[in-house]
Amino acid sequence: MIRFFEKLGADVLYQVNQIGRMGIFLFYSVVSMLMPPYKVFPVVKQIYHIGARSVFVILFTGVFTGMVLGLQGYNTLSKFGAEGLLGTAVALSLIRELGPVMAALMVTGRAGSAICAEIGIMRISEQIDALECMAIDPHKYVVAPKFIAGIVSLPLLTALFNVIGILGGYAVGVGLLGINEGAYFSSMYNDVEFGDIYMGFVKSLCFGVLIIWICSSKGYYVHLTKGGGFGAEGVSSVTTNAVVMSSVCILLFDYFLTSVLL
Amino acid sequence: MSEKAVVQLIDVKKSYGPQQVLKGVNLSIMEGKTTVIVGGSGQGKSQIIKHILGLVRPDSGKVLVYGKDISRAGKRELRAIRAGFGVLFQNAALFDSMTVYDNVALPLRERTRLPEAEIKKIVDRNLALMDITGSDDKYPAQISGGMRKRVGLARALVLEPRIIFFDEPTTGLDVAKSNEIYRVFFRTQTQLKYTAVIVSHDVPKIFKLADYVALLHNGLIHSCITPEEFQLSDDPVIREFVETTMGQLYSSEMEGEL
Repeated sequence: MIRFFEKLGADVLYQVNQIGRMGIFLFYSVVSMLMPPYKVFPVVKQIYHIGARSVFVILFTGVFTGMVLGLQGYNTLSKFGAEGLLGTAVALSLIRELGPVMAALMVTGRAGSAICAEIGIMRISEQIDALECMAIDPHKYVVAPKFIAGIVSLPLLTALFNVIGILGGYAVGVGLLGINEGAYFSSMYNDVEFGDIYMGFVKSLCFGVLIIWICSSKGYYVHLTKGGGFGAEGVSSVTTNAVVMSSVCILLFDYFLTSVLL
Repeated sequence: MSEKAVVQLIDVKKSYGPQQVLKGVNLSIMEGKTTVIVGGSGQGKSQIIKHILGLVRPDSGKVLVYGKDISRAGKRELRAIRAGFGVLFQNAALFDSMTVYDNVALPLRERTRLPEAEIKKIVDRNLALMDITGSDDKYPAQISGGMRKRVGLARALVLEPRIIFFDEPTTGLDVAKSNEIYRVFFRTQTQLKYTAVIVSHDVPKIFKLADYVALLHNGLIHSCITPEEFQLSDDPVIREFVETTMGQLYSSEMEGEL
């Protein structure tokens, strides 16, 4: 019984420690992001890795999400004779919810895992220690460009996801199911408001910070991870953990952000 | 001429879980001299370097670098102290996604405002000093272990630090490569006059470079004396170490050249 409480206490302390570490990590990363000198090239490089290289997967998943929304929306709306509102249904679903969430999940899988593994390997091969010993701030040199790239890339990728999704919905609704082209776009034009775009933008911005924060900090503290943080196995385990945690947090934060922004 | 201690460890204690690695280490590193830390495997030699670098904070005790306690320094102060350090890690810790040239140029790009042409001059000079010209465009994975160590040394020396730390500089290298590293070390120290702290297993060869030999035994610095005193000491712990690590080999080796 005592052993049970000992283990419980140790686990609670570990989790509290981990949350504290992640908080401090976020603080240092934001501070180092705001402090000069500002270097453009590392940020552009990260925008390429996180943003540009995610474009294909965003386009691919976006078009199919839009097509599925077109199919499902048509089936549901036709029951009420409101097929003309398909454009609104597809656009609002994408702009307010699916666009930011799906784009963030895709970026987590593609770029978040890579970020976590990269920083984790830098940690276990003493490259982070080497930076510190050279009096180069690892937060400034390694993490800050990724944060800026995440903040810039996520809203743009979300916008791309929304546009291609709306076109996917158009292809199914207008091309396959015969809805009037004008009705598809005019209903969208009438019903989508600035508040909807704003909500999607704020969400994508928050998800961008969330993904980079969780994935970077998990890699950065791989050596402090419980249950053997060192070696290839340690990096692989924290990378999986980072992707799962980011995905769960995206969905959790989506609910909270929706409830605040609605 | 009196010697000045640039680094002082005062009663430094460090535990990992139930295991106490350092049990009250006291050590002074003298300016411009080479101090070699020796001891059995797993005794915590690298831990001493990590404490001086501020990568690990002691449970108790002080780590003074130029009179400032690095174990209580804030982030900014720590960076200012480390600006005078150069470190050659055990595995060289090169940035594997950067070329040899970029690895050596990194401290200059990040810590100075020198133009790229000036950086190139300095990097080329350092690479030439290490006899590794012509490998500028290669990645760390494409060069040998000995070359990696030399690139690490070039990077450590590029900002002309006041104190250099070597963590097992010749581990994993054959005799010829080890001698090469020692020659480079000897040449650069003669030129640049830096203070050096070396953790090494390569006894007795490393004694030829040492001004002082510190023996870590049971979590304590048992002695910090000149190599000659170390070899001739009657202290049973030192004698045991000398006999275990050198045996008969030592008496013949000490007369030879590297």
